[in-house]
Amino acid sequence: MITVALSKGRIFEETLPLLAAAGIVPAEDPEKSRKLIIGTNRPDVRVVIVRASDVPTYVQYGAADLGIAGKDVLIEHGGVGLYQPLDLNIAKCRMCVAAPVGFDYEAAVRRGARLRIATKYIAMAREHFAAKGVHVDLIKLYGSMELAPLAGLADAIVDLVSSGATLKANKLVEVEEIMNISSRLVVNQAALKMKRELLQPVIDAIAGAIK
Amino acid sequence: MTHPRWLLPEAIEDVLPRDALRIEALRRRLLDEFSRHGYEFVMPPLLEYVESLLTGSGHDLDLRTFKLVDQLSGRSMGLRADITPQVARIDAHLLGRKGVTRLSYCGSVLHTLPAGFNATREPLQLGAELYGHAGLEADIEVIRLLAASLTLAGITASRLDLGHVAVFRALAAKAGLSGDVGEELFSALQGKDVPTVRELVADVAEPFRSALLALPELHGDRSVLARAAKLLPALPEIDAALGELRRLADAFSDLPLGFDLADLRGYHYHSGVAFAAYCAGSPSAVALGGRYDNFGRAYGRARPATGFSMDLRELARLAPNSESRGAILAPWPEDDALHAEAERLRASGERVVLALPGHEGSWREAGCDRILSRRGNEWIIESLKEE
Repeated sequence: MITVALSKGRIFEETLPLLAAAGIVPAEDPEKSRKLIIGTNRPDVRVVIVRASDVPTYVQYGAADLGIAGKDVLIEHGGVGLYQPLDLNIAKCRMCVAAPVGFDYEAAVRRGARLRIATKYIAMAREHFAAKGVHVDLIKLYGSMELAPLAGLADAIVDLVSSGATLKANKLVEVEEIMNISSRLVVNQAALKMKRELLQPVIDAIAGAIK
Repeated sequence: MTHPRWLLPEAIEDVLPRDALRIEALRRRLLDEFSRHGYEFVMPPLLEYVESLLTGSGHDLDLRTFKLVDQLSGRSMGLRADITPQVARIDAHLLGRKGVTRLSYCGSVLHTLPAGFNATREPLQLGAELYGHAGLEADIEVIRLLAASLTLAGITASRLDLGHVAVFRALAAKAGLSGDVGEELFSALQGKDVPTVRELVADVAEPFRSALLALPELHGDRSVLARAAKLLPALPEIDAALGELRRLADAFSDLPLGFDLADLRGYHYHSGVAFAAYCAGSPSAVALGGRYDNFGRAYGRARPATGFSMDLRELARLAPNSESRGAILAPWPEDDALHAEAERLRASGERVVLALPGHEGSWREAGCDRILSRRGNEWIIESLKEE
């Protein structure tokens, strides 16, 4: 039995063709079904629907053998105990620092001033600013990051940007790009050892279908 | 909100009778087996000076070690997070034997941060180490012993995964990768993180770039070795490493083997063949081992060394539940005949518990499932019925 952990939405949509290449077609659409465990056309493969940020945890603990998770999520998780052999080139976006129009980010960084940064991505933000040698106070938020600078909660934010429309609508500008983000295939380490004959063909088929 | 005072710290637990019995039974079985193979049992101390405890090991062990200050000397002491370095110290320094030394050990280690899935901060580390023989025979012996240990634990579905750190070492040296980049490459390979490996080796000259990129793919059954011989450059270190792995593949044709040339766990002190055991039900390796020649140099004497260790609590959890029989309840003996009968049963391996007066109805929860009762002049064993 192979269990694949997926999250709803963009990752699920963009993963479907890759799974199809491995001969796996989910039996139901998670957007329409309330089921959290979904069968597939293959009796030995099932899909579990979890929150994007929980995918690495499910795979690490062996509750799922394979999973698809964004690089942003993997960096926050730490990647311990996971193999991540493939960049799937899907769900692409960028992790950026954004600040209100008119905020002189460069000057603040040069001064080494203590910046207040609001973000959902604490590990990523900590590493980024530590590498630059900038002191920061990190403020963990779970959503609507763009509001934080407007409400005076933070000087800048670290967040995912795809089109930039949300930033623009809230009068923020991207001041620095941290890294490009896309989704990766993650594999439980023991599963790859114990169920190699089952998993390797699926991994190879997905690898062959990456655009 | 106040919590009950008796709550234990996170990832620290009491082992209750049923589990403790299984762990202890397994501990005895394994140590007896090691002893039958000539492994001498040693008991290193729970704490030592930090310098000694962390000699030759990587940064991660330093982070995982609880530290305190010795009031006698003012020096920092650490609670051991791994027993293997202590046993290496014993071999290098205290025993000082010239020939082969085989040592075994079992004891609690403490981790500041839980490592791995079961997340206990107090694993019960049990292991065997073989010092003084540089040849592959030593590796064969300890891997056999590991396989026998899993069988003794009743674990049937398992896989032994073999790797060799010399392959990566040779490639990294030729590619001129060391320091921070070397470390990053090491952890990317460890996670078979091909996209990151590709970034890190972008400037490395061929054929070493393609070889490093091929490493994460080189895992699977024995055919990996033939693939590796084709894909990797013909460096003498790599030829030797693949040769050793081929000899091991021949030696263990009866075992479920896998090979993985990018599994570099323990890379900081491992020097040759490294191996791991996986079994159904565990999301990470249940036993780890490998060669760590010259680790003893830090303790004053370099010695060839190989061995393995595992967390006995985790192993006992994975072992099939061989439900042991409950104890036999015997009435408080008022005559010698009952005494003699109880002793006879104990000698045959039964547990016989004496009923103290006034506890009717509570003997099942005390672990008894049968009762010794008198029928005429005979003592017979009946099943214990309680409300």
